[in-house]
Order: sequence, then structure tokens, then C-alpha cells
Amino acid sequence: MSIFSYNGAAIVAMAGKECVAIGSDLRFGVQMQTITCDTPKVFKIHDKLYLGLSGLLTDAQTLHQKLMFRHNLYKLREERDMKPSTFGHMLSNALYERRFGPYFAAPVVAGLEPDGTPFLCGMDTIGAIETAKDFMITGTSPESLYGMCESMWRPDMEPDELFETVAQCLMSGFDRDALAGWGAVIHVITKDKVISRTLKTRMD
Amino acid sequence: MGSNAGGFDFDLCKRNALLENKGMTLPKAWKTGTTIAGLIYKDGVVLGADTRSTSGSTVADKNCTKIHFIAPNVYACGAGTAADLEHVTEMVSGQVALHRYATGRQTRVITAMTMFKQHLFKYQGHVSAALVLGGYDLNGPHLFTIYPHGSTDSLPFATMGSGSVNAMAMFEAYYKDDLERPEAMALVARAIRSGVMNDLGSGSNVDLCVITKDGVDYLRNYEYLQAKTYTRQFPVKYPPGTATVLKQHVLSLKGVEVIEGAEEMDVS
Repeated sequence: MSIFSYNGAAIVAMAGKECVAIGSDLRFGVQMQTITCDTPKVFKIHDKLYLGLSGLLTDAQTLHQKLMFRHNLYKLREERDMKPSTFGHMLSNALYERRFGPYFAAPVVAGLEPDGTPFLCGMDTIGAIETAKDFMITGTSPESLYGMCESMWRPDMEPDELFETVAQCLMSGFDRDALAGWGAVIHVITKDKVISRTLKTRMD
Repeated sequence: MGSNAGGFDFDLCKRNALLENKGMTLPKAWKTGTTIAGLIYKDGVVLGADTRSTSGSTVADKNCTKIHFIAPNVYACGAGTAADLEHVTEMVSGQVALHRYATGRQTRVITAMTMFKQHLFKYQGHVSAALVLGGYDLNGPHLFTIYPHGSTDSLPFATMGSGSVNAMAMFEAYYKDDLERPEAMALVARAIRSGVMNDLGSGSNVDLCVITKDGVDYLRNYEYLQAKTYTRQFPVKYPPGTATVLKQHVLSLKGVEVIEGAEEMDVS
């Protein structure tokens, strides 16, 4: 039984034309039992930076709280929000610090750099960083998510097209996963607004 | 987090060991299966690497960078656990920069090699990093291999990683001393390609890095082998409204207008 499939999650992030979208499922369960359907796995760090965390939910929540603490201190000292690329490297270092006793959480970082270019990166549980120009996924059924994203991603999508694509990839991906699903939320970040939509999905 | 003076933090080990005793299997870290190679030619060193990073048998990154910067005249190719490689090369790169500022001299390749081997030996092979380190310093071109337990070799041509036998086959057949630059680059690219095509842990593209006394030529994606041979004739475009939305929340990010310098503060 893998620690990674104790809670279950599905997270997809994609880059479009001067926008990014990141979405996750809403199930919170303990092995085969579902407890709630209102637990998003994507957390806001600041207006233009969102962090998705899959894996053991307790570690995902602890890691999110520790990162918010570090970001708040950074904001007080620097008087500005952290750039997504900086945040990605800080997260990579924070995970590698626990190389021999890791947090069981695999992150996906999605945001817009100050000049408006999309930034996407993902990591394994010990902080090996991968920056992507197209999409990043993490969760309990990576094969189905990879399959959908590889097929459906196109370069330079507008925010509305990007939303529809992420929605279909996420929903079709987690429909093949018993441990993820039960609702989905997707955030689309553009330079002048963030639209968060909760989707109607199969509740099984 | 961020409270100790660097190094590793072992505070979650007890909890993780407890979970393992209960039968939980730990998640797999990303590895760089890899084919990395280097050779010394007439004017310097040529390093080469593939660009595939794997998580079990799934490709995690189709175009990752395995030739890491150590100093302006020293680069290292890495095979092993991806996180270990990135962090150990960044750490040695930082240490070697501080050493440059302290000594006021150009970095020597053996300095970087000694820092790597001392770190890896200290962790007894648990930091899984196998490297091909190459560079050009005041004593000429150098090429070293560094193994995860901390042993090193100094060689005229070297390969490491799961595709090392594939690449070494090319080197053993075609290597000569004092090759010219185009021949050396072609041979390293061929060796890496041999790994990419025949080893399952290596794939995607070929990166090269040529280091001479005049500088470095970092040829990212020297051979781009993963171009799709087809494109969808009718790409799938979902019309707006395909996904049913239950709730929508719009957060406007247009900044608040700040009017400054309207009136002087009254300090009487």
C-alpha cells in the first residue's frame, strides 16, 4: 500500500497565452472511504501564484502552512510578492532539506511572472524540479492524466479555451481513478483577473 | 523549516519509519536513468548527456538538463537521483564560487572534484549522484568520473549511467588522442545517441558542452530527437460551456489607484 495512495488526489496545471490554469479534484478520503467532497488540493500563495500538492494530505497541509509562513516573512522584508520561479526554488530546497525523511507531498507550482509570462513547475517528493512550458500533473493516477494532457494540450490557448481543456483533462483523468474525483475546482490566472470555477462532475 | 544552519533535517525520519513498518511503501524519487559521456580532445573537453528523467517506468521530464554549471570553466554531467544531482551540483558550484572569491584565482577542476568526493563519501553513497566532471584550467583539460560512494577516476574518455555501456562501445571503437573539435563533438553525440536509442532509461534529446581555454559552448538540444512525426489534423477544441460550472468566482487584480503628493503634511 503506497503512502501516496492513502488520500488520493488529481492535479493538472497548463500554460496558455499569457495565462495559466491549475485545477484539482475535491475528494478527501482515507483509503477506500470518502470523508468529504469539499477539499481542494490547490492553495493560493498570492494573487498570481497557486500551489497544488498531491500525496499524503496531512503533509500537503503542513507544507502549505510552512510555505505561507516563509512567504509572509518574505513579503514583510522585500515589500513585494515572491516571483513564481523563486518560490519554486525555495520549495525545492525545503523538500531537499528532508532528503532522508521526506514530506510525502508532490507539488505543482503555477503562476504568472511579473512580466506576464506563465510559469509552471513540478517536483517529486524530494525536490527534483522540472520546469515545463506546456503542462504539469501530479496525483494518484498519473498515467491517465499524462495521456489526456499530451493529447489535448495546444500552444497559445486563450483563457476560456484553456479552462475547457484543463477541465476535460482533469475530469477524464480522475474518472479512471477510484481515489480522486468527487468534484473539481479550476483557477485560471490572467494578468488582470483570477477566475475560480467549481465543476459539476460524477460523484463516484 | 529554515531554522537550521544548512544540511539535512532528519526530524520526519521516525514517523516515516513507523509508517514503513505498517506496510506503507515509500514513493519513488525521480531518477535520471541516463547516458552521460565526456572526452578530452586536442583543445579541451566535450561533455554530452541525454535529457530523460524517469519516475519508475514513466518519463517524468522529456527535456531535463543533465549538464550542470559548476564554474565558468567547469561543468558536470550527472546520473542518479535527480534531486540529489541538482542539489549537490548547486552546492559545489556555490562552494567553488566562494573559493574563487577567497583565492582570487580561476577554479581548478580538481577542486570541484575533491568537494564532490568528500561530500559523497560523508553520506556513504546514500546521496545517489554519479558524475562526469570536465573542465579546462591552468593545467589544461581535465575529465573525472565520480561514483556515489566517493571514488574518482581521471580518464581521457568516460561514460556513466544506465546507458554507459552503450556509449562506451562507441568510444572504445572510435576514440583517438588529439581529435579535432568537429570529430570530437560528432563522436560524443554518437555515443549519447547510442544510449538514447538502446537504453530504456535514456531518451529524448542530446545536449553537448564544449569547454576550451577560450570559453564554453553550451549546446542545449544539440540533437532534437523527440520532434513529433505527426500532428493532429483536426485538433480537439472544446467549445465554451462544455464543462458544467456550478460556481464561479472572479477576483479582479486591477491595482488600486494611489494618488500621491496631493497635499503637504501639516507639521506646524
